[in-house]
Amino acid sequence: MELPEKEFLAPGHRACAGCGATIGVRLALKVLGENTVAVSATGCLEVITTPYPETAWEIPWMHVAFENAAAVASGVESALKAQGKTDTTVVVFGGDGGTADIGLQALSGAMERGHNLIYICYDNEAYMNTGIQRSGSTPYGASTTTSPHGKESFGEDKPKKNMPMIMAAHGVPYVATASISYPEDFMKKVKKAAEVDGPAYIHLQQPCTTGWGYSPAKTIELGRLAVETGSWILYEIEEGEFKVTYRPIQRKMVSEYLNAQKRFKHLSDIEKEKIQSHVDAICVELKI
Amino acid sequence: MVLKVMSSNQAIAEAVKLVKPKVIPVYPITPQTTISEYLAKYVADGDIKAEYIRVESEHSAISACLGASGTGVRVFTATSSQGLALMHEIIFAAAGLRAPIVMADANRALSAPLSIWNDQQDSISERDSGWMQIYAENGQEALDSVLMSYKVSENKEVLLPTMVCIDGFILTHTVDPVDVPEQEEIDKFLPDYNPEHAYLDPERPMSIGTFTDPDYYMEARHDMEVAMEKAKTVISDVSQEFAETFGRKYEFIEKYRSEDADTILIAMGSICSTIKDVIDELREGGEKVGLVRVRVFRPFPVEEIYEAIKGASHVGVIDKNFSFSIGGVLHNNIKSMMDVNAAGFIVGLGGRDIKPSHIKEIVEKTKNPSNKPLWIGLKEEQ
Repeated sequence: MELPEKEFLAPGHRACAGCGATIGVRLALKVLGENTVAVSATGCLEVITTPYPETAWEIPWMHVAFENAAAVASGVESALKAQGKTDTTVVVFGGDGGTADIGLQALSGAMERGHNLIYICYDNEAYMNTGIQRSGSTPYGASTTTSPHGKESFGEDKPKKNMPMIMAAHGVPYVATASISYPEDFMKKVKKAAEVDGPAYIHLQQPCTTGWGYSPAKTIELGRLAVETGSWILYEIEEGEFKVTYRPIQRKMVSEYLNAQKRFKHLSDIEKEKIQSHVDAICVELKI
Repeated sequence: MVLKVMSSNQAIAEAVKLVKPKVIPVYPITPQTTISEYLAKYVADGDIKAEYIRVESEHSAISACLGASGTGVRVFTATSSQGLALMHEIIFAAAGLRAPIVMADANRALSAPLSIWNDQQDSISERDSGWMQIYAENGQEALDSVLMSYKVSENKEVLLPTMVCIDGFILTHTVDPVDVPEQEEIDKFLPDYNPEHAYLDPERPMSIGTFTDPDYYMEARHDMEVAMEKAKTVISDVSQEFAETFGRKYEFIEKYRSEDADTILIAMGSICSTIKDVIDELREGGEKVGLVRVRVFRPFPVEEIYEAIKGASHVGVIDKNFSFSIGGVLHNNIKSMMDVNAAGFIVGLGGRDIKPSHIKEIVEKTKNPSNKPLWIGLKEEQ
């Protein structure tokens, strides 16, 4: 796949070394190109890319608040439409908190109304901007500062909220999951999302060096482990048709993924087994 | 001129049709809803060429307004009470991002207890947001205020949003004769919106709504206060131009038989019509009573109010809102900004009827003022 040279997210922003979110944004914008307007929810991405008077965004960009990115984008898309600028792409970048929790209502409204926009949730599986608090997207067993492990707790005790399926239930014409560690798969999906007439939703998993607890050099490796162990599944739902877009040749043990991260270090073998059987059940059903 | 009979909600919708917004995000709430309905019909009939977004909440209504305004188009929305409270966070953001949004607020009490009826607590509670606020007395003024507000808000020296407030039910659901200007006249009065300060345009990339550290935040907020101050001149100029074109002149305050008055009442909104009737009656009995109606509440017209009341022996301020332990907000704004002894009265909360007898009671109590704000029309203890 051709990877355009041109960058639309300038270097020199304030992201941590090994940040997965900015990799995702760079890749997405390479596909979408310069005739794009981006909207961000409050969160890591907004803070690291726009410390006034600097900005890393080479395309028009707007941020208003945490929970309303999809609503702001609705306004942007409608205004572009009203001006006859229907060839301009509108893309939203929201974190998992801004998408699955506080922004879910605005997102649901925007998707159900059918605005022609691409919503990309960059999912690092907790509130990383405020210092690793549990979100609806935090996976089972993860220790965060608000779901810490302790004598009475093994960490997060609920499974991850299934955002892509919630979006699919809205009848969104293109829904996909992706990982920053599979750039070709992700970029193909962004391209499809851009070609859809109507809303599109991509749920992008991106490892977070500080929140997950691993060396910044290992971000891509962690993203790969998530997929290769079946802990994160790459699929797309096009006009209601579900298709797995990547199948590991030999699925690895989930413990390999869990053990590589501080947030799961405390888990007992019993809990790890539970997670493995949960993953197995899904993978068997999907023939992964 | 042909006068048409309509509610203030319809008058506002007629004004919105004239200013040709490109994006109208709305969410229904009593007693604003009919504004949204009129606009939906105008769009459906092709009388307004706009994107009408049926958002899922008021929070998203104002958010979509802000997104569209940031994209460089004129926008409108309307709300009331709980809806305005839900917007609160974005109300501040809209002013801070200098989006010249014009929004109508059908004044209604805030819950709890839940009430759909009128008072002005909702918009008064947004007074520190950086929005300009107009309180209209009737349908004509509501319509004219929307027209003028776009011109003021979009002025490069101002770039602050405006809330046009009309009393729920008392204005929103009652009809009076209104002169609706011709489209041609409005096209001349209000040019297209072409922002130079904020726009989302791929040919001229710009970041809007960035993260700000303590080195810049205070200046940004101070700039808003400077703009609010400049808005005073712009409001006067726009009002003058409006008067020359349309023959109706609106000042920051309206003085009604106050020039030689010993006792002056100060109030905002539709209650002023009742007060004027009572003043006429009392004047017939030889009592020198007058009214100062505050029309523009933000920017707050300190000089205008002071000039109008400084000669009076007694001043009474009537509020349809309440700040706990403090009293009415208009009353306290007046007391804090000018050297005047003013009695404060709380009336009409949650739609409690305000009768001429209540106004007479207020006039009497203004002449013998109490130190504490008095609640008028409160039921006797049972």
